[in-house]
Amino acid sequence: MLKIRNLDAGYGKLRVLKNISLHVKAGEIVTMIGANGAGKTTLLHTIIGLVRASAGAIEFQQKEHTGSCAQKIVAAGCTLVPEGRQVFASMTVEENLILGGYMLQRREGKDAVLRELQYQYDLFPVLRERREQYAGTLSGGEQQMLAMGRSLMSRPRLVMMDEPSTGLAPLIVREIFKIITRLRDEGNTVLLVEQNATAALGIADRGYVLEVGKVILQGPAADLLANSDVQRAYLGREKIG
Amino acid sequence: MTPDLFFQYLFAGVTYGAIYAIVAIGFNIIYNTTGIINFAQGEFVMLGGMIAISLHQVMPLPLAITLAVALTMVIGAAIEIIFIRWLQSPSVLRLIIITIGVSILLREAALHIWGESIRSLPYFYGNEISSISLGSVHLSPQVLWVIAACGIMVAGLSLFFKYTPTGREMRACSANRTAAILCGISTRNMVTLSFMLSAGIGAVAGCVMSPITYTQYDSGTGLAIKGFTVAILGGLGNSMAAVAAGILLGIIEAFSVSVVPLAFQDAIAITILLAILFVKPHGLFGSSVAARLKDF
Ligand SMILES: Nc1ncnc2c1ncn2[C@@H]1O[C@H](COP(=O)(O)OP(=O)(O)OP(=O)(O)O)[C@@H](O)[C@H]1O
Ligand SMILES: [Mg+2]
Repeated sequence: MLKIRNLDAGYGKLRVLKNISLHVKAGEIVTMIGANGAGKTTLLHTIIGLVRASAGAIEFQQKEHTGSCAQKIVAAGCTLVPEGRQVFASMTVEENLILGGYMLQRREGKDAVLRELQYQYDLFPVLRERREQYAGTLSGGEQQMLAMGRSLMSRPRLVMMDEPSTGLAPLIVREIFKIITRLRDEGNTVLLVEQNATAALGIADRGYVLEVGKVILQGPAADLLANSDVQRAYLGREKIG
Repeated sequence: MTPDLFFQYLFAGVTYGAIYAIVAIGFNIIYNTTGIINFAQGEFVMLGGMIAISLHQVMPLPLAITLAVALTMVIGAAIEIIFIRWLQSPSVLRLIIITIGVSILLREAALHIWGESIRSLPYFYGNEISSISLGSVHLSPQVLWVIAACGIMVAGLSLFFKYTPTGREMRACSANRTAAILCGISTRNMVTLSFMLSAGIGAVAGCVMSPITYTQYDSGTGLAIKGFTVAILGGLGNSMAAVAAGILLGIIEAFSVSVVPLAFQDAIAITILLAILFVKPHGLFGSSVAARLKDF
């Protein structure tokens, strides 16, 4: 579904991603773990077209997408749940979701958006309760669900999520990860970026470990969980933090 | 002050205030989608008036005004497409300097086309001396045109932003640009649209006010300063507050005439505004929280 080969990207002279290669197959959860500043967000932004790649290739659904603008990639069915939620704070929950359905509306019309809206309300019942509330007044967990719902509104083929668990209580984190699993079981494909390595590897099929802009490890999630380097660098620290 | 005189001043204040409010809303629309102040906003008002005056020589008034508004909208869109659209993540300062440049360009072009002469559209109904009596207060019918046109535009805009998909997308663009891009919305088109809208409402204001205030190649400059002050006073980006602030400024100006010489009118208004801003930097109606939750 998604294939990235020898990708380089950065900001101005700063080279953040160095020679990254990875792939995501339809129907799997792939997780990318790495410490602060490893370049996880930069990678997702490069895929979605917010940051320009300086070398390498991004292929989505057998189509070359290197250098495409965000609009094209979203239209092709790849969406991003951004780091820090980025909800439309001054707009209601329902307006946020409808905006997420912008591409669906263009593709299939208004009725499809309204149907999808009900579907997202079923997936996130709390959003239905809050649908007239301003998104900026939601709790962190609710905002995360809204950001996920908004991304899913366009019925993407691939959903990328940037640290959905940040700043949330363990109970909410568990709920969010449950929803991600459910999405996969319903046939969606997820690229999940996380610092919470235990939880992410716990639900993922495969994983990549990113360190200062390079993929240093990859493999089935279970193998990574058992890997002693990963345990020391990412899992051990979690018990302290 | 007699009650009659009081109401006379009041209506004059509301009339000018309504125009200031429209100019301020023009500032707000562009500010909300781009984060910049478009200093060419006053020129849109001038262009609307000037074009309508020229067109009126060869066609009936309603048609001339409609065409003038449409043309000004095209000019607004063209400005955005030529000077702003293609820039790769420009800084706010650079954008503001561009709009100042554009305002000078438009003013000079107007000077070249229309010269320095002062012109005006005819009264939409009646003439300079006809008046409508509300009780013992006598009003020029054009005053009602101005107030009605501004009121309809404000109501129309708020319905547009609240209930239409395009309005919603423009609000999204202003609430969180990155998130709007991630939804697949073309934020560039929204910016072009915001220039068109601002130019359009500016041009309408320029037409309805022309019979009372007259139009000249540089009449946009003073208006832009007033409109900008009103926009700031209401809290940048907040259009309903701009209406209140505009009318407040208009009324203060109108009544200041009875206290100080006419020449001080502008200075008095600005001084009062500065004083208020000194105490409430987010505007009369804004709070620091509201400033972060900017909306149309
Ligand atoms: N807009 C930007 N301009 C310049 N440098 C940036 C920008 N965004 C990120 N960087 C730099 O790129 C590097 C990687 O940042 P990135 O946000 O991709 O890391 P991350 O892995 O997502 O970290 P975190 O886990 O903290 O979110 C950092 O050194 C950061 O300073
Ligand atoms: Mg990040």
